Amino acid sequence: MKTIYLDNNATTSVAPEVFEAMKPFLTELWGNPSSMHTFGGQVARHIERAREQVADLLGAENPSEIIFTSCGTESNNTAFHSALATARDKHKVITTSVEHPAVLNPAKQLAVQGREVAFIPVDGMGRLDLSEIERAIDGRTALVSVMWANNETGVVFPVERIAEMCEERGVPFHVDAVQAAGKIPIDLKKAPITFLSISGHKLHAPKGVGVLYVRRGTPFSPFIVGGHQEHSRRGGTENVASIVAIGKACEMAISRMDEERVKVTKLRDRLEKGILDIIPRSFIHGDTQHRLPNTTNIGFEAVEGEAILLLMNEYGICASSGSACTSGSLDPSHVMIAMGIPFTRAHGSIRFSLSRYSTDEEIDFVLKVLPGIIQRLRELSPVS
Amino acid sequence: MWNYSKNVVDHFLHPRNVGEIEDADGVGEVGSLACGDMLRLTFKLDADGRIADARFKTFGCASAIASSSALTEMIKGKTIEEALMITNRDIAEYLGGLPEQKMHCSVMGREALEAAIANYHGEKTATRQLEGKVVCKCFGVTENQIRRAVIENKLSTVDEVTNYTKAGGGCGQCRDRIAEILDEIREEQQAPAVEEAAVVPAEVGGRALTTLEKMHLLEEIIETRIRPALQQDGGDIELVDFDHNVAYVILRGACATCPAAGITMRQFIEKEIQKEISPDMKLEEIKR
Repeated sequence: MKTIYLDNNATTSVAPEVFEAMKPFLTELWGNPSSMHTFGGQVARHIERAREQVADLLGAENPSEIIFTSCGTESNNTAFHSALATARDKHKVITTSVEHPAVLNPAKQLAVQGREVAFIPVDGMGRLDLSEIERAIDGRTALVSVMWANNETGVVFPVERIAEMCEERGVPFHVDAVQAAGKIPIDLKKAPITFLSISGHKLHAPKGVGVLYVRRGTPFSPFIVGGHQEHSRRGGTENVASIVAIGKACEMAISRMDEERVKVTKLRDRLEKGILDIIPRSFIHGDTQHRLPNTTNIGFEAVEGEAILLLMNEYGICASSGSACTSGSLDPSHVMIAMGIPFTRAHGSIRFSLSRYSTDEEIDFVLKVLPGIIQRLRELSPVS
Repeated sequence: MWNYSKNVVDHFLHPRNVGEIEDADGVGEVGSLACGDMLRLTFKLDADGRIADARFKTFGCASAIASSSALTEMIKGKTIEEALMITNRDIAEYLGGLPEQKMHCSVMGREALEAAIANYHGEKTATRQLEGKVVCKCFGVTENQIRRAVIENKLSTVDEVTNYTKAGGGCGQCRDRIAEILDEIREEQQAPAVEEAAVVPAEVGGRALTTLEKMHLLEEIIETRIRPALQQDGGDIELVDFDHNVAYVILRGACATCPAAGITMRQFIEKEIQKEISPDMKLEEIKR
């Protein structure tokens, strides 16, 4: 059976070009970049090249602002740790109620440790009220952290404006850009963002590599302490092959982004419109005006998400759900709850996330089988 | 991804006995859309008093659908007495096991069966009548349900209770109380059981209340006890009509948007008016 992969916000395939670029560093060029001999030392310049490629995608002033980490989660944790460790008497953190667990849980942990944490709510469309963030920022604030785009709904937050707000008040601002990077333009020359996290496997590089951007001049305290790697900002021998890979993936994203946005948006819109037209009582979750080109989150009233996913799985279709059953918890996803989506629909919410490799045929196939799946489950349901 | 057994996958992909028997002898309904799973079971007896046909309709995940399907297969051909012997463990075993976090699906099956049998025995509503104090407000789980799951499945931790009954799986505020219940059961294992006080309908001078008297009593309970309680949490309720023992209400304020409102209503308000007025009393929400 052919796999129809529409779960690219979970992870993406490694681009063939990226795989080719990293291969030498898993075969002949396996030396340690910190070594004094040429065999190892020659590897270091490939890391520096990757640093430049990442800096280009993010619009960073200087490649030295790029720190390679093991994943987006490490990048987020590093930003939180560093901001608080260097803030002296400031203890307050401001974030949103719809962050990825990789920000939400570090924030909650701080709250448990007695720090003041403000979770800014969203409206029914998943939008933030900027005046609430403005009100929350005060003299005790050590960090504001807001995601660029939401992983479940694709809703894009106005982080450039929040960045200006934070800069005026002299408060460090962290952005979890894991879902945004490679999909929509990011320009750190224009937006005064202090810390920004990205993850390799969300933009066609492998799992196990991430990036933390730290604006030049920002006081920094390392999260992983060890050797002098990454200018003593992140200990641990470099994951050379994956660092080269994320560099290549960023380079590809730069050259293809404009074309891809048009193509992916068109496919996503066709999928979305097709579903809403054919399947009764289906609803889009989130602000469609400010959204990633590749994501749609659709709620099917009175059907349960895990059941939808498993029936789609029978056809090789891969997607995700905000239903309780898929997460192992008993409540629907925190994003659906924060948006006030009725539970009857949140339990039946499905996220489709496309990529540059998605095709018209795949969308046609989903539109062909999904109505039958929903109908079958509604016929099974005591309330249909 | 869940590691479902072959039988669970089979019963999910090819559910047996889907549907509803129109002139059923017993109808049982448990759960709700808001809670994430809901099951409606109907059965019909043959001339010998054995279950000739059983049908289900279920909203829920794969294991909820599979548990319902398994249940209908298991009860066919059984007498009521035999069917009542089925435990949630039996349902899980029939399916070749369920993931621990999904055991509540088997409990839901057993509860639907009991509700359907109670309905057969003359219980007017198909919905399960709650007995005992509600411990978990998020999912509407009573102390009696928790105790039964603990004793029948030999549970010893709060997480196990959540896996089997859902109690404690929402806001988590009742987890301390669940731990206390577990301690109490441990201590009681030797001590004799205490009987629950039965619900007795209100009477005046030895006769049942008239409709008018019920209506006045209902107004008084809602005004003096239920509204103040809801208002504390930013909610409110309005009594709109009363007909054939059914109170029709509109939920307002926080209650109108609260996903747990349906559960709150059934469990607290309905229980309250059943206790004070008559066990036949029902509550219906009018959606605006």
